[in-house]
Amino acid sequence: MRKSIKLGLGAALALSVSSAAVMAENVKIAFIDPLSGGFAATGINGLNQFEFAAETLVNAKGGVLEGDMFEILPFDNKVSPKESLIQLQVAIDQGARYIVQGNSSGVANALTEAIDKHNRRNPDSQVLFLNYSAVDPALTNEKCNFWHFRFDPHADMKMAALTDMLAENQDIKKVYVIGQDYSFGKAVADAAVSMLAEKRPDIEVVGNELHPIGKVKDFTPYARKIVSSGADAVITGNWGADMLGLGKSILENGFEGPIYTYYAAADGITAAFGESGVDSLYLIAEGDDNPPPKAETQEYVQAFKAKYPDGNMSQTRITNVIQMLAQAINEAGTATDVVQVANALEGMTFTDSLWSTAEMRMRPEDHQLIQDIHIYGHQPVEAPYDMDNSGYGLKIQYTVENASADIATTCDMQRP
Amino acid sequence: MNNPMREDQITTDPAKPAQRMRAGSMTFAAMPWVIAAFALLVMPFVFTDNSAITIMNQMAITIIFALAYNMLLGQGGMLSFGHAVYAGVGGFACMHVMSNTDFFAMLPLPVLPIFGGLFGMGLAMIIGSFSTRSAGTVFAMISLGVGELIAACSVIIVAFFGGEEGVSGDRTYGMPFFGVEFLQQIEVYYLIAFWLMLSALLMYLFSRTPIGRMANAVRDNPERAEFLGYSSRWVRYYSFIFSGFFAGIAGGLFAINYEIVTEENLNTASSGVILLVTFLGGVGFFFGPIIGAIAFTLLQTVLSLQTDLWAFYAGTLFLATVMFFPGGLAGLLMMHVPAIRMGKASKLVVPYIITLIPALIGILGLAALVEMTFHFRHASFGDEEMTVFWTTFDSHTAMPWVVAIGITVVAFAIMRRMLPTLKSAWAEANAAPKANASSQANSSSQGGAA
Amino acid sequence: MDLVLVNLIDGLVTGLLLFMLSAGLTLIFSMMGVLNFAHASFYMLGAYFAYQISIALGFWMGLIFAPLIVGVIGAGVERYGLRRVHQYGHVPELIFTFGLALLIEELVQFIWGRNQMPYQIPDVLNFTAFAISGNSIPAYKVFMIFISIAIFIGLLYVLTKTRVGMIIQAALSYPRTVEALGHNVPLIFMGVFGVGTSLAGVAGVIAGPVLGTFPGMAFVLGSIVFVTIVIGGLGSLWGALVASLLIGWITTFAKSYNIRMEDILNGIGFATPENLDDNMFRDIWAVTSPQIADILPYILMVLILIFRPYGLFGNRDA
Repeated sequence: MRKSIKLGLGAALALSVSSAAVMAENVKIAFIDPLSGGFAATGINGLNQFEFAAETLVNAKGGVLEGDMFEILPFDNKVSPKESLIQLQVAIDQGARYIVQGNSSGVANALTEAIDKHNRRNPDSQVLFLNYSAVDPALTNEKCNFWHFRFDPHADMKMAALTDMLAENQDIKKVYVIGQDYSFGKAVADAAVSMLAEKRPDIEVVGNELHPIGKVKDFTPYARKIVSSGADAVITGNWGADMLGLGKSILENGFEGPIYTYYAAADGITAAFGESGVDSLYLIAEGDDNPPPKAETQEYVQAFKAKYPDGNMSQTRITNVIQMLAQAINEAGTATDVVQVANALEGMTFTDSLWSTAEMRMRPEDHQLIQDIHIYGHQPVEAPYDMDNSGYGLKIQYTVENASADIATTCDMQRP
Repeated sequence: MNNPMREDQITTDPAKPAQRMRAGSMTFAAMPWVIAAFALLVMPFVFTDNSAITIMNQMAITIIFALAYNMLLGQGGMLSFGHAVYAGVGGFACMHVMSNTDFFAMLPLPVLPIFGGLFGMGLAMIIGSFSTRSAGTVFAMISLGVGELIAACSVIIVAFFGGEEGVSGDRTYGMPFFGVEFLQQIEVYYLIAFWLMLSALLMYLFSRTPIGRMANAVRDNPERAEFLGYSSRWVRYYSFIFSGFFAGIAGGLFAINYEIVTEENLNTASSGVILLVTFLGGVGFFFGPIIGAIAFTLLQTVLSLQTDLWAFYAGTLFLATVMFFPGGLAGLLMMHVPAIRMGKASKLVVPYIITLIPALIGILGLAALVEMTFHFRHASFGDEEMTVFWTTFDSHTAMPWVVAIGITVVAFAIMRRMLPTLKSAWAEANAAPKANASSQANSSSQGGAA
Repeated sequence: MDLVLVNLIDGLVTGLLLFMLSAGLTLIFSMMGVLNFAHASFYMLGAYFAYQISIALGFWMGLIFAPLIVGVIGAGVERYGLRRVHQYGHVPELIFTFGLALLIEELVQFIWGRNQMPYQIPDVLNFTAFAISGNSIPAYKVFMIFISIAIFIGLLYVLTKTRVGMIIQAALSYPRTVEALGHNVPLIFMGVFGVGTSLAGVAGVIAGPVLGTFPGMAFVLGSIVFVTIVIGGLGSLWGALVASLLIGWITTFAKSYNIRMEDILNGIGFATPENLDDNMFRDIWAVTSPQIADILPYILMVLILIFRPYGLFGNRDA
């Protein structure tokens, strides 16, 4: 009895939530990422960048098609695959046909499978998944599907760029690879070992190890091992607190060489390293130099920082997602038939007006965006182009153009 | 003798939640079950949205899990910090059955959760063989340690747990069940609803069996139970195994509903959540965890759509429950049973309205102040507009603050004024007629023996 | 072999830090018979308060005042929260502290946000004290060792040599009798709770700059503190010390040396299967000690609870 009353109440609430927003002609883009809990900082910063990009780059210019506006609907997935799937369902019911997500490949993997199944089972409410940051190579290889598009170079492509640079640096003879014990950490380690063996067979991998993810309190013992192994450089895919802990520990214990990372910037990490990271920390990413060379880009960053003084313009690919989606919708002439939009995105070449002038291409074979990849260094950068308002930021040290444009894929794309 | 027994069930001391679940009458009341089944049946016709159905599925799964957990905490007095492990392993087992396409094609989907249950039970038999030797802190700490170990294994042993990406499958590859392929959420809903009714019924019946009763006795006084000739260790072990079975069923249903099982299904955070859910609902009553599961799912899934601070509110609610209503939400409801039995409940209606409405407004006012503070501190520069309770205003001007503080203070002041009225009404509604008072006192002294 | 010495020092630092947390927790347990799940949250509060104070007044003021504030908050929690819940029994008490831990984490995020705080080592201590064959030992670590040892000696002295300590010890064992003798036992309980939490606060102040000051710092450390006092024996100060050092060294050495499961299994007579990649247990064969270093204490705890439920130094059944 009581059960039924309570359940009724609950579902009533759920209903009121889900039917709240089916009215305007907006193109609804559901942002499913952590907005509460330990990873909320990254999620909220990403959300701000999406909202700013949609507002400035699409809506302020008259929207898409005949004046349809982009609307970002935020959903908090608490980095939980389960919550993500629930929120995906709510988002679809609210009329979102485009899902953007980036934090955690585990969540991306759950979403891409769920979306594939949903689209097969519900042809009248199909959705596209625009992945802006989850870099597990599998997502555009064995786990690829027609609905998933990735705008960030995946882990192997980044490693290919890094090893291109190492191939030219004869000072480095010994490399230590360390990472978090899960699929991404392992992917980074495997790629590092195999690509180094190919490009610089003389480099010795003096250490290759994994540590438990999010559980290590003190990285000192790892740092000791790295120092005493005599390594000239460290490669790590760590992120978040694990990145900061490992990096600080390595530096404090007297390591002098470069530390090549995937994620050692923003969300408090740049500020926490401060002076100690200069000429030690490097990061592989897409994007532009800081400060950006073009005046309009500088204006864009300044406007963003004026609106979000504590925010970081840390994921420049977000503007690519928004602009390429707008272009695809305009080309397809519809925002509701996502198959046509996907067809327009597939193989699209895109020249960004903001960051880089180089042409980018959404590779049709696996829906992976091909673009320039840079190796950045942690350096003093003037405001507002720094990170965490710390006076430090990222400066380009090395660039691979059209990186990994012909990297092999095992994707067997099934088109509807 | 029947009368005092019934009295006893409803007039327990709120200071002793552990003793609340009393034997009660042996008769099995079918009515609530019929109503619940009917409600489950018609619910999807009221709420047709896929998302509403998904949320109801999630609730049903949490309910089964919380009921299973309460077999330990409420009925057996065993506090576990690692119970998600059994649900998770059940879920992984089902997922592996699902991915074994040849075998799965011969299997109708509705029987799949049994595999989850069996695996959960199997693991519980192994772990329980040493963890249930004693209750109390030793049991709690072993459950914590084992929970951490298995959660850590889940990222190391990739062959079974699939690393942090988990294992996924497709439920539609099973043998069609009377033509149903379970393509749509609504079909899954009825599958889960069926299992919810079945498991809840079985767990309820378990609590009525001699073993279920002995679990209560061992919880309250293991020494005395031993003197009566029962091995308290075996009694705990049986409870633990059955709890593991139903947790595994919940895990199996999770696998069917989401078609993916990951490390989060068995990590310590999930184990903590189920403890919160169960305690919030109330460990002293069979239906307590049901209320807890519904309330928590709404908090987590629906409230989090409205505010990023949902966890803060959930934490506050939880702490307030422990401090002021240790019987949980169910205990709160059951406090009213004596008044209803005596036909005096109507006396409470008006005092409740005049006290609780200001209290509600006051609490909402506080929430608004919290949201405004949060917005004031953390919102982006220039973004000074915010919307609370459908009202949009500028959080950087004084006016909204004055209004919000004013409303809150006035509401609480009114509530304070009305509180004595409620208290006296409560006393009056619960005042037993003179003839009954002695039997009541008599029965509560029998409490320990019942 | 020099690395062994370095690891001993590193393990000592980790262990002593753990001890500062577990000392307070074990005192509180002896007193109330309940495990305080929010203990690590007070550690986090210590770090955050110290960071806030250090911005205005510098690190040393933080070291003095942050633990005091944390202690006052702890005493307040005992007085207005725990004492109320105490009447309902142990399980609600434990659950109360569990909820408190969640709430404190949310509060910290509410006030300070979700990012890492740039809480830094003071400049005075930011140099290398000495180096052992290329491995530098920062002066701050030496400082941490001295602070922890000073606290342990102070605590031991107060508890065993002073009148206050005698009363506390008596109140722990025979609260009724002590009350009958005219001492205010609830006040003693509140005081012990306050001191216990402020010890956790000290740990937070000195660990914050090295281990990071972020909202998850309590969660990372939370359950390992219980493991420590369960291994050491609930209520035993010496047990807490020994267990803390044991855990500090075990985890440090497990991380420093790459011991492979394959070697261990081979060593005890199991042959590596021929085609390991298809083997069901391939992941177990591939496990290395750094991978499992941080879960070793849990294994140790489960084993101890099975074979010696009262812990290494405990004299009563947990």
